[in-house]
Amino acid sequence: MPKLTVDGIEVDVPPGSTVLQACEAAGAEIPRFCYHERLSIAGNCRMCLVEVKPGPPKPQASCALPAADNQEVFTDSEMVKKARHGVMEFLLINHPLDCPICDQGGECDLQDQAMGYGHHSSRYTENKRAVEDKHMGPLIQTIMTRCIHCTRCVRFSTEVAGVTEMGLLGRGETAEITTYLEKALASELSGNVIDLCPVGALTSKPYAFVSRPWELKKTETIDVMDAVGSNIRVDTRGSEVLRVLPRLHDDVNEEWISDKARFACDGLKRQRLDRPYLRRDGKLVPVSWPEAFSTVAEQMKALSGEAMAAIAGDLCDAESMFALKQLMTSVGSANIDCRQDGAKLDASVRASYLFNASIAGVEDADAILLVGTNPRWEAPVLNARIRKRWLEGGLTVAMVGTPADLTYKVETLGAGAQTLREIADGSHSFAEVLKSAKKPMVILGMGALVREDGAAVLAMARSIAEGCGMIQEASEDSDAWNGFSVLHTAASRVAGLDMGFVPGAEGKGVAGIVAGAGSGEIKFVYLLGADEIDMSGLGKAFVVYQGHHGDAGAHRADVVLPGAAYTEKDGIYVNTEGRAQLALQASFPPGEAREDWKVLRALSEAVGKALAYDSATALRTALVAAHGSFGAIDQVEPASWGAFGTAGETSDAPFGQVIENFYMTDSISRCSAVMAECTETFVTAKAERTGTEE
Amino acid sequence: MLKDEDRIFTNLYGWFDWGLDGARKRGDWSTTKQILSQTPEEVVELVKASGLRGRGGAGFPTGLKWSFMPKVVGDRPHYLIVNADESEPGTCKDREIMRNDPHKLVEGCLIAGYSMRACAAYIYIRGEYYNESGNLQAAIDQAYDAGLIGKNACGTGYDFDIILHRGAGAYICGEETALLESLEGKKGQPRLKPPFPAAVGLYGCPSTVNNVESIAVVPEILRRGPEWFAGLGRERNVGTKLFCISGHVNNPCNVEEEMGIPLRELIDKHAGGVIGGWDNLLAVIPGGASVRCIPKSICDDILMDFDSLMTVKSGLGTAAVIVMNKQTDIVKAIARLSYFYKHESCGQCTPCREGTGWMWRVMERLVTGEAEYEEIDALEQVTKQIEGHTICALGDAAAWPIQGLLTHFRGEVEDRIKAHKASLSNLQAVE
Repeated sequence: MPKLTVDGIEVDVPPGSTVLQACEAAGAEIPRFCYHERLSIAGNCRMCLVEVKPGPPKPQASCALPAADNQEVFTDSEMVKKARHGVMEFLLINHPLDCPICDQGGECDLQDQAMGYGHHSSRYTENKRAVEDKHMGPLIQTIMTRCIHCTRCVRFSTEVAGVTEMGLLGRGETAEITTYLEKALASELSGNVIDLCPVGALTSKPYAFVSRPWELKKTETIDVMDAVGSNIRVDTRGSEVLRVLPRLHDDVNEEWISDKARFACDGLKRQRLDRPYLRRDGKLVPVSWPEAFSTVAEQMKALSGEAMAAIAGDLCDAESMFALKQLMTSVGSANIDCRQDGAKLDASVRASYLFNASIAGVEDADAILLVGTNPRWEAPVLNARIRKRWLEGGLTVAMVGTPADLTYKVETLGAGAQTLREIADGSHSFAEVLKSAKKPMVILGMGALVREDGAAVLAMARSIAEGCGMIQEASEDSDAWNGFSVLHTAASRVAGLDMGFVPGAEGKGVAGIVAGAGSGEIKFVYLLGADEIDMSGLGKAFVVYQGHHGDAGAHRADVVLPGAAYTEKDGIYVNTEGRAQLALQASFPPGEAREDWKVLRALSEAVGKALAYDSATALRTALVAAHGSFGAIDQVEPASWGAFGTAGETSDAPFGQVIENFYMTDSISRCSAVMAECTETFVTAKAERTGTEE
Repeated sequence: MLKDEDRIFTNLYGWFDWGLDGARKRGDWSTTKQILSQTPEEVVELVKASGLRGRGGAGFPTGLKWSFMPKVVGDRPHYLIVNADESEPGTCKDREIMRNDPHKLVEGCLIAGYSMRACAAYIYIRGEYYNESGNLQAAIDQAYDAGLIGKNACGTGYDFDIILHRGAGAYICGEETALLESLEGKKGQPRLKPPFPAAVGLYGCPSTVNNVESIAVVPEILRRGPEWFAGLGRERNVGTKLFCISGHVNNPCNVEEEMGIPLRELIDKHAGGVIGGWDNLLAVIPGGASVRCIPKSICDDILMDFDSLMTVKSGLGTAAVIVMNKQTDIVKAIARLSYFYKHESCGQCTPCREGTGWMWRVMERLVTGEAEYEEIDALEQVTKQIEGHTICALGDAAAWPIQGLLTHFRGEVEDRIKAHKASLSNLQAVE
């Protein structure tokens, strides 16, 4: 523990700390541009200079200097002040100072620090440098004249995103940041360079000239575009969501979010269901809430429980699913399911459907077997975590499934269940790799579970986990470890399984419901935001769609009940690790649309089976009383291991990709113009774009 | 004046065979095996005792630098890196060594490499030194063929390889850590220190970077004994040194001389004197483009070594003496150097990237006098804002020539502004 003094204050810092970290520990603020906690140290902006004794008689870059015993650091001496003013003057001489028209204005590091270290006027009378703007794709707007060459973006794309084709071209004052040959930055995490850029050189293209930061209401909430549960901040003006930014959560998303989480928010403005509709003569016509409710209630009252069914979609909050489940139970229906894709997940053993190793736990793993998953598309932030671990060295990654570019080195062992069986019975060489690893992991994706033989694959994955030492009890020298990790793609999935939103005794699952509706056995289907099922198979059943977008479900529906999107309601979401997180309302649902639990509560009354809660708090209390895990907000309870899966025959078909197009996976992103543009650039058209390292 | 028998580089002018046979005649490779029979520590101690200071410009004691290398080879190999990227304007000493006496360098690599337990030496040669790289490669090949280097070098049981790498022509790649980056195949940009190369150098392995001349003089020092070398020159500034004299002299030349020779003697005896006579001397840049120039008044009795030039706020640098007589437009000369540093700045860190361009633009206006008097002070402040605030020494190198100009020739700069203002008011009067 190096002990040093900063401006006379004595501090102890952990070994390996830098002087900058020591200064922060002592409460001294150090200005910086290039330094960033999660990126490698560049030391090139020279803004963090401090005076250090003993040392050379010149200021030193605190971000790069290791803290050592008996150092005396001065952050406010004459030498330091002069140095910082000098550096600031250099940064500003070629900076355009176009703050009034710059999107970064108000949240610009250069602007802020110029207040502290800048001169009131410039001594520089020469012409300023102008730099041509670069094309970096549909998401990142570049105004390169503003660039101060801190290289944060370069380090992010190289280290975190795995795109090595971004860099500093040329030298001296003509050096320019570019993706060579001006290709689009092909990473699902590219938007993070916008946050990293300390000036307005890289800004958000969709958000260009939209708003000023001080006009925005900031709401801290949870992302639902994948099952990671990234912590986000939603910025709204009035009822409009203008942008989404990441929040810090070291155990979930660090401080990154995927481009879909960040840029799909324009989809919240399009194709919205803003009032109830009723199908008359084949056409959906607007009706009032009472009319819609009475129509639905009439149908429900006329049917027995076995003839009714409900399917919950991928973006649902826990509260509305709970309310729907209770409503269905009260009318005597066991035909409920939250697994739209038909994944053969077992709700009875919690450890069987959780990402047990935890997202942060990836950093401890030394061997990872990916089964039927493409984490780069299913959970980009998690993929970045695997890459981070891979860059440290000592990690072996192999996959069984459809080969994909994952930004790290992956050995493809095979495509389907056959290879998995070989690993399970130990005849495959990779079984040895897993066995000899200290903390082996298997990441089981939906690609392996949505098949007919999903339960058998699940059983095989369990036997691999057990046979290769992935389930470790806590011992004296190591903590407990459970490497069996299921990577979900739906934000609502784990909550649904936790509360048992699955068929009850004699109840039907998604496949059974669709088939039953087709055959006429099921006459009433309630879709809670469910758009991903085969609507054409629903036959003549009466379909109620409750949701926020006019997507597949609404098109098939006989009654449309407008609900709220994830930014428009308070709710609990449980991520793939089993971490319950609270999302907060940032804006209001459009028009006559209402929060989903309220719609269900009102409907229950019309049906004559009124749900026993009149407020969100009461509903949540009931939810927690029934399923305690929802009360432990932001906590991950280790799930106890048990028997699950059904051993059986497996087909030889390769594990498929569950996501065909990363940019369009749900009703919100499908309505987003920005996501459509990304699809055009990165998925369908082979436009000029960068590659990745591996 | 240095006695002929004390000369190390006896084929500096290429009068004799540069190959292995010629080198052997001059004494190279004669007692290499004997030298290598000592322990590495003993070799380092001898080099320390000789008082040899690095010949690349900074003058850091060579033996001390070698002693920073780990004493045991761990899981990472050790490397010797020879900096032959001689790009400092005015400097051409390493060129002559590699062209006419390459075996001195090859033998020096072997001995220096042995003393730091290196498995190989990488010689990073300036790309423009095409012919020199040919000679040096030929010398390396000859040494391999003769069993002097490679497996069981000189029959000592020590394995040592020498790899020659040609640079692509960037001044910054002569900075030791930028050189390492470039050698690794990356963009030549200086690294942050610490960690120093002795801890984390080429490919992350312990490395030491030395100048060509520092390495090439080592075999001769060890053969004649450190006392001989330490007996030449002044205290702390010992031995012989190659001086490159260029500019307004009658006979520009490279010459090996004793450290601490008076500048005037150096110019008069070896370079045939200043064009127009000593009294026609204006200023001298004594150590390559990046040190502060000194006016004639200082040149009259200054000694050419590290410490005495330090006392007049200049430096020995690479001992490239650039002589300027009174027909020189010194403001323009320094402006040209500013352009050079602006052009060669790597652009990595702020003060150098932004400051070199600023300084050059102001300097260009000072040449014609199109400036305000206040700008002289502003320029001086800008040089101070760059100096000591950058990752590598190139920031200092860009600042010092201008500081030298403003210290010694401020009157000249002011006169031009005055003249320019006068011409403007004359114009107005005419109109």
